Amino acid sequence: MGTADQHRGWRAASGAPVLHLLFPGEASSVRRALKTAMAVFGDMPRGSAPISVVEIVLAEVLNNVVEHAYAEHGRGLVELEVEHGTASLAFRIRDEGLPMPGGDAPAGLAHDLDVSAQDLPEGGFGWFLIRELTEDLRYRRVGTRNELTFRIAHDAQVPDR
Amino acid sequence: MDPSFEDIGDLRIIKVQEDRIDAAVAIQFKDRMRELTDTAPPNLLLDLSRVAFLDSSGLGAVVAAFKQAAPDRRLELAGLTPTVEKVFKLTRMDSVFTIHACAGDVTGLLANAS
Repeated sequence: MGTADQHRGWRAASGAPVLHLLFPGEASSVRRALKTAMAVFGDMPRGSAPISVVEIVLAEVLNNVVEHAYAEHGRGLVELEVEHGTASLAFRIRDEGLPMPGGDAPAGLAHDLDVSAQDLPEGGFGWFLIRELTEDLRYRRVGTRNELTFRIAHDAQVPDR
Repeated sequence: MDPSFEDIGDLRIIKVQEDRIDAAVAIQFKDRMRELTDTAPPNLLLDLSRVAFLDSSGLGAVVAAFKQAAPDRRLELAGLTPTVEKVFKLTRMDSVFTIHACAGDVTGLLANAS
């Protein structure tokens, strides 16, 4: 899916590749890929980005590819690359599905929870979680592909509220 | 997706047996919760101590279960594992739900009260 040298920009400072997976864009393949990825992250050195944060972000990003880019039909591939840098993990996820509506990644705004029980939101948490836990998130359409890049800092914390 | 349940007086404890509530099982979970809620006493406790991971679809399904239960029944949560707790905290859903450290805290209170 293109030569790596065209996209040096997403890579982590002094980064070393830790993961490069290519898998079908349907739910069970994505679940397996996520499992493989988490096993690799579990073996990363102490002080690397918190594995729970990585799992939350990757699960949301890959679910979005399955549900929206490939609209649940599953025909197409997903490419996941990760580099381990001095301050962060750098991620690049590419797919050949539908572009993001409006040409950009959703803002992922927080919900108003000061509502009655029946008005509580049951969706729309995904992009909020992704935005909250990542840095330098960028989306672009390259030809017929989507490319999403972001970093997760090694010292990423779940914000206190 | 077949949670086990146990009724103790006015309380039904529903224990999720899966280690993940994600997009793959969220709809099934929501449907099963509706069945378990419709026949339940007024108080429901959802024991998530075996659930290591919950994504936004899973969170949506838990919120849906909370809404299905209201207004006649009240759904509370117990046993959030670290990653699940992070998702509740980040989305501030921890302010909507009553969350107990473990199901035993609730059944212990019942035992002491009787």
